[in-house]
Amino acid sequence: MSGGHHDHHHDHAHHPELSFWRKYLFSVDHKTIGIQYALTALVFLFLGFCLMMMMRWQLAYPGKVMPVIGNLFGEGNMPGGVMLPEFYNALGAMHGTIMVFLGVVPMLVGGFGNYVMPLQIGAPDMSFPKINMASYWAFFVGGVVMLISFFVPGGAANSGWTSYAPLSVLATRGQTFWLLGMVFLITSSLLGSVNFIVTIIQLRAKGLDFFRLPFFVWAQFVTAFLLLLAFPPLEGAAVLQLMDRLAGTSFFMPEGLVVSGVPQAYAGGGSPLLWQHLFWFLAHPEVYVLILPAMGIVAEVIANNTRKPLWGYRPMVYSLIFLGFMSFIVWAHHMFMTGMGTKISAFFATTTMIISIPSVIILTALVISLYRGCIRFNVPMLFALAFLPMFAIGGLTGLPLGLPASDIHLHDTYYVIGHFHYVVAPGTIFAIFAGIYHWYPKVTGRTLNSALGKIHFFLSFVFINVVFMPMFFQGMAGVSRRLYDQTMYAHGDAVQSLTRMSSWGAWMLGLSQLPFILNFFMSLAAGRKVNQNPWEATTLEWAAPSPPPHGNFATVPVVYRGPYEYSVPGTQKDFFPQHLATEA
Amino acid sequence: MTRKFLLGTTVAIVVLGVLFVEAAPAWAQAVAPKTSVKVDGEYGPFMPPDVSVHGHKVDQLINLLHWFMGILFVGWGIFFVYCLIRFRQRPGHKASCELIKAKPSKYAEICVAIFEAVILLGFSIPIWASVKNDIPPPTDNPVRIRVVAEQFAWNFHYPGADGKFGRVDPKLIDTATNPLGLDRTKDGADDIFSLEMHIPVGRPVICEISSKDVIHSFFLPVMRVKQDAIPGMRIPVWFQAAKTGTYEVACAQLCGNNHYSMRALMYIQEPAAFEKWLAEKSKPAEEFQD
Amino acid sequence: MSVAVLPYTVKPHPVTGVYSGKLGTWLFLASEVMLFGALFSAYVLLRVGAPASGPAAWPSHDATELSWKIGGFNTLVLIISSVTMVMAWASLKLNNLSKARMYLGLTVGLALVFIMVKLLLEYIPKFQAHHTPSHSNFFGLYFTLTGLHALHILGGVFVITYFIFPGSSLWKKDPEYYTNRIECTGLYWHFVDLVWIFLFPVLYLL
Repeated sequence: MSGGHHDHHHDHAHHPELSFWRKYLFSVDHKTIGIQYALTALVFLFLGFCLMMMMRWQLAYPGKVMPVIGNLFGEGNMPGGVMLPEFYNALGAMHGTIMVFLGVVPMLVGGFGNYVMPLQIGAPDMSFPKINMASYWAFFVGGVVMLISFFVPGGAANSGWTSYAPLSVLATRGQTFWLLGMVFLITSSLLGSVNFIVTIIQLRAKGLDFFRLPFFVWAQFVTAFLLLLAFPPLEGAAVLQLMDRLAGTSFFMPEGLVVSGVPQAYAGGGSPLLWQHLFWFLAHPEVYVLILPAMGIVAEVIANNTRKPLWGYRPMVYSLIFLGFMSFIVWAHHMFMTGMGTKISAFFATTTMIISIPSVIILTALVISLYRGCIRFNVPMLFALAFLPMFAIGGLTGLPLGLPASDIHLHDTYYVIGHFHYVVAPGTIFAIFAGIYHWYPKVTGRTLNSALGKIHFFLSFVFINVVFMPMFFQGMAGVSRRLYDQTMYAHGDAVQSLTRMSSWGAWMLGLSQLPFILNFFMSLAAGRKVNQNPWEATTLEWAAPSPPPHGNFATVPVVYRGPYEYSVPGTQKDFFPQHLATEA
Repeated sequence: MTRKFLLGTTVAIVVLGVLFVEAAPAWAQAVAPKTSVKVDGEYGPFMPPDVSVHGHKVDQLINLLHWFMGILFVGWGIFFVYCLIRFRQRPGHKASCELIKAKPSKYAEICVAIFEAVILLGFSIPIWASVKNDIPPPTDNPVRIRVVAEQFAWNFHYPGADGKFGRVDPKLIDTATNPLGLDRTKDGADDIFSLEMHIPVGRPVICEISSKDVIHSFFLPVMRVKQDAIPGMRIPVWFQAAKTGTYEVACAQLCGNNHYSMRALMYIQEPAAFEKWLAEKSKPAEEFQD
Repeated sequence: MSVAVLPYTVKPHPVTGVYSGKLGTWLFLASEVMLFGALFSAYVLLRVGAPASGPAAWPSHDATELSWKIGGFNTLVLIISSVTMVMAWASLKLNNLSKARMYLGLTVGLALVFIMVKLLLEYIPKFQAHHTPSHSNFFGLYFTLTGLHALHILGGVFVITYFIFPGSSLWKKDPEYYTNRIECTGLYWHFVDLVWIFLFPVLYLL
């Protein structure tokens, strides 16, 4: 498909010229909204990363003055350039919150999902463009509220991203901002997920049956259901915690609390475990929200760069659906140490073991997809390939955590931090990079520089392992999470060299992102221009111009075959796009 | 241009890596011990010493799991690397669209599922059942301690010679002398309050874990014991020491600003020394004991 | 992006049989079920876990001073408002905009009666009798559940009022689209009514 406008801002046939506000800020075009989400999310990812780099100074050199920037954070946070424990805890809580809710999910779902999914299904836009815009602005407001919390008296929320009660109920004002911010973020998520589900069901192009959908769309589809159904209980819980904090209710506050010798004036009768149940009921499906779209991106990049169809597409899709369903019934594996009895722990341990099966199926199918392929090692593929063993390590290390008996020793230690970071950092974030390098040409009409991309990849890959691999050993040694100073304990002190290794790895990892940041901006102006299908891919987004105009396709596409018809016997080229009736 | 960049990058990584490894020990600063009491045991990037009677079961499970994880990762990784090399794009090589049956992967998946079932039914569930249900009966003469966590200390409450725990009342709390609010009349007259945990070797210990304010977590690394301390709940854990020594009690749940310093000491003593300690402490409290 | 360019906004999809707005509304209602479901679960957990005596014990019926008569009246008010909502949609199907607007107005009026009864005959007397949310978890839940429900009612009032006045101009441009929007609003309204039908027995009778 050729033709269409190169510059998507002009569409004389249908609309009058939109004002700056309507075109760039309050746009209802899914591509503009996708870019807004992606850019905002990248800023938040960068910010969350910076928070962590600060934490790692305190961890590596406890109680020492932070060089160069130590005096920029005020006497309330870092008197004399030395971090206070309350500030450390605030950095920790906000690092987690920002990365998960303001960085990764908006990037994967709001950014990639919004931009790519309607194109991949041949739709002119999302089903509800105005709701799409509203969901971005709700996210933006939620993010602003979260950031403002750093500047209120008492600082930002510091009870962990998990906000366990009673600590969070008793915490300083920043926690209220956290809760309010979450309400906006959850609203944004709900609006978005309704939009995604309706769009995928109703607006697929003619001929695009469900089992001809790209795996990326399936992943977004299941993810949207997870967001739709799992977030409301957290919204309810946030309301209850706000009531406890602001109206003096006792939903999470038992009788007889005494804090620093002062009996607390709560009526009592509440349950701290109620918060944990409601929180984890969302937060477990949330982690599948973090990984499913990432798997979707990796699947697209792998299929494209092996020049053959994905192996096991159907089992992968069924696994996605099964995984989505199972994710709702494993949540209490985060709560094994709360005094859980034998029957309930056996139930959740069993469901946790069962949920590992669809994950393994998807991962194995992706690896088998390489077999007998013709593998191109471009930058998106490097990140997508690295995802596979990294996610494997993350997934495998979940095994000792998912069984109560082994969890006794490992719960709330650095082993957990290693486990989930392997899945999210060299897992999901690498998938995000793969997606950026892969779809940048579609969004901008130019490619990112490949050499800089490879440097970015190799440095990131090495240093991300330097950061997280030592954590498993620290966890086995018994080092607890969220410690301002690990050297207080003999077992923590003995592995302080590993802590320093992680910290240096983190700072080097930060430097390793410079090639990417440079590349991202330089290529906007000076990147090599490409045609609409530089990767010779088969899915529908590559049938639209780069970048696609308002309305996406000059004529509505019709789909004639599956999404990964590469190296089809009898064709001249090694790819057969979905929308072509015959090979032209 | 690409090759030069790659070469340069590889060189840079190697140089940085070497620098890293060389420099790491140099950054090892001589750290003054945090307390004057040195604890026993060798610590490092491995499991802490196991001084308990039953903790080896947990260690066994963790070891078994890691062997399994290692085998899976290595096996799967070999196949992965093989594919990357064998099927890389090069002149004359094309992708093949032949249907791959991949029977080995189906069998591997089934083996994985069976192994997980064995681990669950044969190891984790029985161990957990033992942790929860095998609380030593009174005939085993267990030592009973009520462990009350607070921001930011561990309080140990012993029942004294009469074997009965005295009443606690928040109104009686005095942060300096009576953090637990012990009622020193009747059953509480002989109760012991301590900021150190003392236990005898060779006798089972039952700790009832609770909290005064927020959620903490009672973690004894060398006993392979961990139990959340949840306000409003009193949850039992049990264990038995197999040898004497001084070890640490840690807090394993974020509980506020000084969560990192919520450390207590556990003294495992010979039975005679333990009885002596109990007798000394079980006097009417006139001043702050520690 | 004009509405006409997006397919199935007004006409139903050949396979699903619904127009997009209806599907979206049902999905939104599913999420609302999860929201109120979580709060009802909290109610169960807190009630079962409440101590037997003391300030944190669960109050008896008389101690709550909740009048089932007032609650029952409000239930009736909401049920009738659901009926008027359906009548509004039916009037639009019969091409009668002015009758529809009347029924919509009745719905709003009944909703406001509900709110007023709640506020004047329940909330304010409760606060005066020191039965505040912090008094006990029963009242905490009572105010949270009914308060959240009342916010949903107000949201519905806002939307319906919009459709009576400025929104009704859509009738001239695309009457079927306008009717569909009223249908979706009706779905939401019935859901809000249904939540109350669960809230009433749980809070007032059990």
